[in-house]
Amino acid sequence: MTGIVERARAALGREALGLIVLMVGMVAVFTAANPQFLSVSSFSSMGYQAPLLGLLTIAMLAPMISGGINLAIIFTANISGLAFAWVMLKAGGPEAGALAIVAGAALALIVGALAGAIMGAIIAYVGAHPILVSLGMMIFLRGLGEFLTKGGDISGFPEAVGALGHGDILGLPTPLLLFIAVALAWQILLRRTRHGFAVYMVGSNIRAAEYAGLPTKRTLVMIYALSGLVCAIAGILMLARFNSVRVGHGEALLLVTVLAIFLGGIDPFGGHGKVFPVILSIFILQMLSSGLNLIGANQHLSTAVWGMFLIAVMILRSDRLASLYHLFRKG
Amino acid sequence: MTETGPSRYALRMKGIDIRFGGVQALSSVDFDVRAGEVHCLAGENGSGKSTLIKIVTGVYRPDNAALIELFENPVEAISPVQARARGVAVIWQDLALFPNMSVAENIAFDGLVGLRPRGVRYGDMKLRARAALERLGVTLDLDQPLENLAIAQRQIVAIARALIQDARLIFMDEPTASLTQSETDHLLNIVRKLSSDGVAVVFVSHRLAEVLEIAERVTVLRDGKLVGVYPTEGMTQARLGELMTGHILEYKVTARDMSAAPILFEARGLSVPGQFEGVDLTIRAGEVVGLVGLIGAGRTELAHAMMGMTGTAAGSMQLDGRPYRPRNIREAIAQGLAYVSEDRLQLGLLQKQSIEDNAAISVLDRLLGGLGLISPAKKTDLIMGWVSKLGIKIGLPADAISTLSGGNQQKVVLAKWLATEPKLLILDSPTVGVDVGARAGIFRIVRDLAERGLAILLISDEESEAIYNSDRVLHMARGRIAGAFDPRTTSPVDLEAAIHA
Repeated sequence: MTGIVERARAALGREALGLIVLMVGMVAVFTAANPQFLSVSSFSSMGYQAPLLGLLTIAMLAPMISGGINLAIIFTANISGLAFAWVMLKAGGPEAGALAIVAGAALALIVGALAGAIMGAIIAYVGAHPILVSLGMMIFLRGLGEFLTKGGDISGFPEAVGALGHGDILGLPTPLLLFIAVALAWQILLRRTRHGFAVYMVGSNIRAAEYAGLPTKRTLVMIYALSGLVCAIAGILMLARFNSVRVGHGEALLLVTVLAIFLGGIDPFGGHGKVFPVILSIFILQMLSSGLNLIGANQHLSTAVWGMFLIAVMILRSDRLASLYHLFRKG
Repeated sequence: MTETGPSRYALRMKGIDIRFGGVQALSSVDFDVRAGEVHCLAGENGSGKSTLIKIVTGVYRPDNAALIELFENPVEAISPVQARARGVAVIWQDLALFPNMSVAENIAFDGLVGLRPRGVRYGDMKLRARAALERLGVTLDLDQPLENLAIAQRQIVAIARALIQDARLIFMDEPTASLTQSETDHLLNIVRKLSSDGVAVVFVSHRLAEVLEIAERVTVLRDGKLVGVYPTEGMTQARLGELMTGHILEYKVTARDMSAAPILFEARGLSVPGQFEGVDLTIRAGEVVGLVGLIGAGRTELAHAMMGMTGTAAGSMQLDGRPYRPRNIREAIAQGLAYVSEDRLQLGLLQKQSIEDNAAISVLDRLLGGLGLISPAKKTDLIMGWVSKLGIKIGLPADAISTLSGGNQQKVVLAKWLATEPKLLILDSPTVGVDVGARAGIFRIVRDLAERGLAILLISDEESEAIYNSDRVLHMARGRIAGAFDPRTTSPVDLEAAIHA
């Protein structure tokens, strides 16, 4: 029995195993409270809701592993969504063809990556702190977006775009598939490429990484550019889910991404962390929210529960807990 | 409890056992320190010295302890707070001071913190700080921020901080590792003064000469076991080295005449304003060139210029007969240079990262598998290959590098650079924080590499290290090459005299 636990722990890592146990426990509790929880429709609705938070969290993840943060993720997603919407409107709104959709998506990705690359370049070459740089970029993009849209919504997109947000492929929600694809790519990028390796090293000790001959500055530019790219994907998904673009959509998710990252056991000081536990935390947060909703709890309560949850996990994970336990047992 | 005269023992421990995972870090170790004694705790890295200190200071709890007595009072187990309250202090190698606070604040620090908010009386604080420094016979500007002080002075601040808490048993972990000879002499004087004041000092040092000079008794540990406790009178460096390592160490000049070997690296009139000027340097294939001098003479700066980390204002460099002008470290590495930094903790290794990642960091492009992705198998093969080639003692390749001893960490640094297949290896103080046995191991590797044609520039703070391990020794002073010495006709004492002249 212990052998299985040991092997599972080795394969998944300490964080992931704990989170899986938590997840199973949560499913059990919610199912007991309302059997409806354990149904295809409830899981399918989670599969439509979770990916947006998931993509934004992935956009936040890599900068945090590199020892920084990207506070501009939401507005980068919004601006990229605007770029996409602009191409749609130019191409005739609901009548826009496939070519326009591809062009719009390409433009959105370029805008997102560019916003990220600019941040990365300032962080790397000027040496400004990521919090300040991304905060500046966040406020700039927000202002720019509100100026361009005059604070209003933009809507009227072709059917195909809606399918991205609401459709399914072989019974699986399209947003979920999109998210899984991006998460897989991210996992490979971080764990198996030279760039990903450099991200961890830069986050751990940038000067030592420089001394070892890693291209630290290029790494930073690249990681923020990729973060912006994922924001753009999230922006397109957001547009498809809400069938409109508005600067400020998803604003409340910014700190939830940080919550999910810490739940996933990422070192807040950079250098350590894995993708898989973070993905688990996203689904845990989604389940908490959906489950509470299903048993008729107030929507605001789930936000409170998320916060409590984070604190509880941090306490459970602490090394001090073991020594406290010994202390109480003795005393 | 009444004190009946001064206690004879500051510390007595018997039968200490402690395990970490699969490693028996200490097995039935006895250790005692007499009151007011200067005692040396000797042993190689990994022998259990630090573990023992951490038990005394309450960081670790022993699995078994037949007896622990502090100042002749039995204690069941020590907590960090208790240890301090009972007068035990440790001065760690990194000193654990606050660089941006003043000298006075650093000294009085422990009296300033507490649960209840209260005012700080700066006048009183300075008075107490000054008194502590006077006990040591030192004057320092109390208002200076600590970061403006030299390492040697910071160490004195750390000692004063221990004294202000009435420490009667002070552990010093490698206190002389980054000090010059005269600074070391000064520190040893302070230790003597403490001892005559009745403060017991336990000295942990790799430098056997000073161990024998300062301590009355020496406790030797090897592989977590007690080898014995010996009076230093009549003890020789060679004998102590044998006790620590368990085998006989040889110190002999290994220099060879390399003047016929082809020139690998050549610098002519190299200058960086404010750092060094007009440096001519020739290193031949297979040659070990020692570079000695005082701290600040420009040796590390010269290495940085060779690695492309600083641009040179004048002069030229040639590598393999071709002009060599690296614009950054990556270019220098690509052309066959490698630099083992003097600061292993901050710059040489990524302490939080794994052993295998630290070894792989400079050769990622050679570890790619299919699809251009890093192959975990190749990464593990790389480190395991070097582990056996260099005799590195590790647990698992995925363990953090900080779990290794200084000597083994340094071997990982060597592995990292050797993996890049360099032509010229610059070793900047490669034995800082590395113990006797491991030093010998590192220099065996260095000699072996030189035999196989690698050119080596060995920057060293220790004259004997340079003399015994180089083919040629250069002396750098005030940014210039001031002299050249042949190890076969120069003794370490001669070289020392030249440097301090």
